[in-house]
Amino acid sequence: MYVAVKGGTAAIENSWHLLARQRRGDTALPELTVSQIREQMSLAVDRVMSEGSLYDAELAALAIKQSSGDLVEAIFLLRAYRTTLPRFGYSLPIDTAKMQVMRRISATFKDVPGGQILGATYDYTQRLLDFALLADEADGSGAGSARQPDSLSAVAATVSIASHVMPRINELMAKEGLMEMPGPVAVAEPGDLTRQPLMFPADRPLRLQALARGDEGWLLALGYSSQRGYANAHPFAGEIRRGQVSVEIVPDELSFAVDIGEIEVTECQMVNQFAGNLEVAPQFTQGYGLAFGGAERKSMAMALVDRSLRARELGEDVVAPGQDEEFVLSHADSLEASGFVQHLKLPHYVDFQSELELVRKLRAAHAKQRQISKDGAVAAGLATASSGRKAA
Amino acid sequence: MSDVLLSVRKAGKHFMQGNRLHWACRDVSFDLYPGEVLAVVGESGSGKSTLLRLLAARHACDEGSVHYNVRSESGTESAAARTDTHGAGLADLAGLSEARLRWLARTDWGFVEQHARDGLRMNVSGGANIGERMMALGSRHYANLRTQALDWMERVELDTGRIDDLPATYSGGMQQRLQIARNLVTHPRLVFMDEPTTGLDVSVQARLLDLLRELVDQLNLAAVIVTHDLAVARLLAHRMLVMKDGRVVEHGLTDRVLDDPQHAYTQLLVSSVLTP
Amino acid sequence: MDENYNFGFLDERTKKSIRRAMLKAVAIPGYQVPFGSREMPFAYGWGTGGVQVTASIIGRTDVLKVIDQGADDTTNAVNIRRFFARTTGVETTEKTADASIIQTRHRIPERPLTEAQIIVYQVPMPEPLFRLEPRRRETITMHALAEYGLMNVKLYEDIAQLGAISKTYDYPVLVNERYLTSPSPIPKFDNPKMHMNPALQLFGAGREKRIYAIPPYTCVRSLDFEDHPFEVQQWEHACALCDATQSFLDEMIVDDEGSRLFVCSDSDFCGERRTAGHTGEQQAVRLRDALSPDTGRSGATQ
Repeated sequence: MYVAVKGGTAAIENSWHLLARQRRGDTALPELTVSQIREQMSLAVDRVMSEGSLYDAELAALAIKQSSGDLVEAIFLLRAYRTTLPRFGYSLPIDTAKMQVMRRISATFKDVPGGQILGATYDYTQRLLDFALLADEADGSGAGSARQPDSLSAVAATVSIASHVMPRINELMAKEGLMEMPGPVAVAEPGDLTRQPLMFPADRPLRLQALARGDEGWLLALGYSSQRGYANAHPFAGEIRRGQVSVEIVPDELSFAVDIGEIEVTECQMVNQFAGNLEVAPQFTQGYGLAFGGAERKSMAMALVDRSLRARELGEDVVAPGQDEEFVLSHADSLEASGFVQHLKLPHYVDFQSELELVRKLRAAHAKQRQISKDGAVAAGLATASSGRKAA
Repeated sequence: MSDVLLSVRKAGKHFMQGNRLHWACRDVSFDLYPGEVLAVVGESGSGKSTLLRLLAARHACDEGSVHYNVRSESGTESAAARTDTHGAGLADLAGLSEARLRWLARTDWGFVEQHARDGLRMNVSGGANIGERMMALGSRHYANLRTQALDWMERVELDTGRIDDLPATYSGGMQQRLQIARNLVTHPRLVFMDEPTTGLDVSVQARLLDLLRELVDQLNLAAVIVTHDLAVARLLAHRMLVMKDGRVVEHGLTDRVLDDPQHAYTQLLVSSVLTP
Repeated sequence: MDENYNFGFLDERTKKSIRRAMLKAVAIPGYQVPFGSREMPFAYGWGTGGVQVTASIIGRTDVLKVIDQGADDTTNAVNIRRFFARTTGVETTEKTADASIIQTRHRIPERPLTEAQIIVYQVPMPEPLFRLEPRRRETITMHALAEYGLMNVKLYEDIAQLGAISKTYDYPVLVNERYLTSPSPIPKFDNPKMHMNPALQLFGAGREKRIYAIPPYTCVRSLDFEDHPFEVQQWEHACALCDATQSFLDEMIVDDEGSRLFVCSDSDFCGERRTAGHTGEQQAVRLRDALSPDTGRSGATQ
């Protein structure tokens, strides 16, 4: 006899235990520490902070540890945590012109004031697996971790350049009138995507917020499509800079700004094909990207997509998916995408039951219809034999 | 019924081309009466299609105005549509709400597109296409909708056995007939047509024109027909406008304009028509 | 109750803003009100909308029931119920009769609700037109102008091509004779329960960031044609456990030969009937496919 299956609670608790074991892995090996992740997987941490919309490297590292390295899951953890945090104000806009630069490149000019600084980058490494990194494991002790790789000692720990000799290239071009210089938006305050739902048409501040916390893979693909002919904007990398910037707030009780700390960001300015109309002479137009930490690929992809989405305001025809604001932004959030895709794992048997009933009904009708045609054909066959006319 | 149906005063529309302003059409004025057919004739680039879109409120005028004699009452329009016209009489399209304009487009107006695909729902059957306006107005009886669809298919000489077929399976001529039926179910007083027969075989064109002439007559339709084909104008229109480079260069009764063209351009047009 | 979090997890300001959206929703039955949906400890698509609605209305004296597919013990219902137990400490129940708030996914309880109850639906896609028109800008205009021709065309087409309307769940309804609304993916079997329901019906879509509502005693009409009226599913079998013939039955495959067992989806309803002394046949049945050679229903086999 059938007994209704119970025990959902027990199943869930057991799944937690299994998960904890899976996350820990082989207990003969030392457990990963959150600090190790923070230090040695910094680019993963940067991505989780950017898309998690929370600058806290330690919490991001914790999220990565807790999610067994699944970054989308880690981003989810950070966002959910963010919901619980009290909000006590907005900072002043960060000034990337005053950045303590670790890396700064421009593809549009051979040389620029302040110079091109390569910094730490994978760009010019050869993508060969470095088995020396594996060698440390052989003795299983992780003893190599205390020793710095030889190459490092030859390089200064940080490169710090005085910021006044490193003006933003876009601003230099703007002085000559070559580059558009976005003016302040008419509305006093930009909308806040964490407080209000995104409605369309969305202005640029809201679009940029959505892109900043948007999934890197999605933006990368769309940015790539814009380079391959799906709405060309002929981009050049005007400037990419990475470094530390100060965060300042103006507390209610004081009338001046207070520096509350520093964050590391990567900023990308893309320079794009010039537009122009009756009032404004042709100029280069901008695409902008900003991400926490060293997330260069994200900042570049974001800048490409930002420019594509400006099609409407720059009077361009919307012809490609990457320019379709509603399409791009509705599907940019990895939490929403992952949640909805994976929700298909939830039971849907009640709805499926309804579909079963319909399909059975239709099959019965189909069978009946076939029977009728068969009978009709037989009858017609008899009629044909006698009258010689084809049945309808 | 001597009230003007459509009144156009110095209507004009411009576009940006590069960084220059280009007037697609300018300074167009005329009145249209119920049951009257007006042909707008010209070559491509003459501005005739832009004018049609201004008349149908698909573009806003940059100069001048278009007025339409809106019916003052209808039980089936939504409350949203009803609020902005103060009774009957000529209303400036620019002053009508979007709700009202959309309601007009679905009921009192028809718009037959040059390419049937632009004027039909290609992913639903012929019957659904014809029935849509009735459903939008609240009709909820399936058999009645079907009967009406069959009725209209007969009137536009479509094979009623194709009622459940998708428009993609219809020939070009059939798709145009379907488009016409779809527009006429609500008995509109004014129909806009953009090159309704262009792109069809000559013999198909001829039959379609005959059909249009009959329908216009039977239903007392007013129509504005854009065409580059003078024969279409001759067959269907009472009056015509000749456009060149966005301006009206000549207008008048069709027969007069075609038999005794005054403007040099009209003369050129008329003389270049191949006669069998 | 976990003291690290505010009562109901959300902070009071957030709850207030969600309640404001709810008030708008109640004032305009069936209209989708956008709201600032927060990230919750559940994935989007797994009930965050329903959870935010419940969290914003729940009070210390409320009694909460959570069901999924009609049952209290499905894993997702268990998870959500535990969340509220942990963040509010309120009493929870499996009995529909005892609950003041019922959060549900994909079913309405069989037992009629009362004026003292609120039912909160979890909604994945709040826009009833989304399969026909995915662009939100367009659908907002269509709702504003009550331009629902597109949906009627779809229903006509279903009948023309299939002989019947093909929607069996998430069947579109017209609320208060004005707004076209998605009832959430409840089976159409449940649609009639929405009409003139004494309870307040709230709908939360977290991922899509919209809330809507049907106030008590509101007219809710499933779309149909006069000559193809809306009809609900019927079963040829009764519940194998409690013999109910008027409730929604789950179908379960019990052996390699495809024998089926039909059991009430609403676990509380079934349990109450059995307590009251009703018993079913306790047997699986064999179903035949209409198109197979030996067409025809077979009786119960065992």
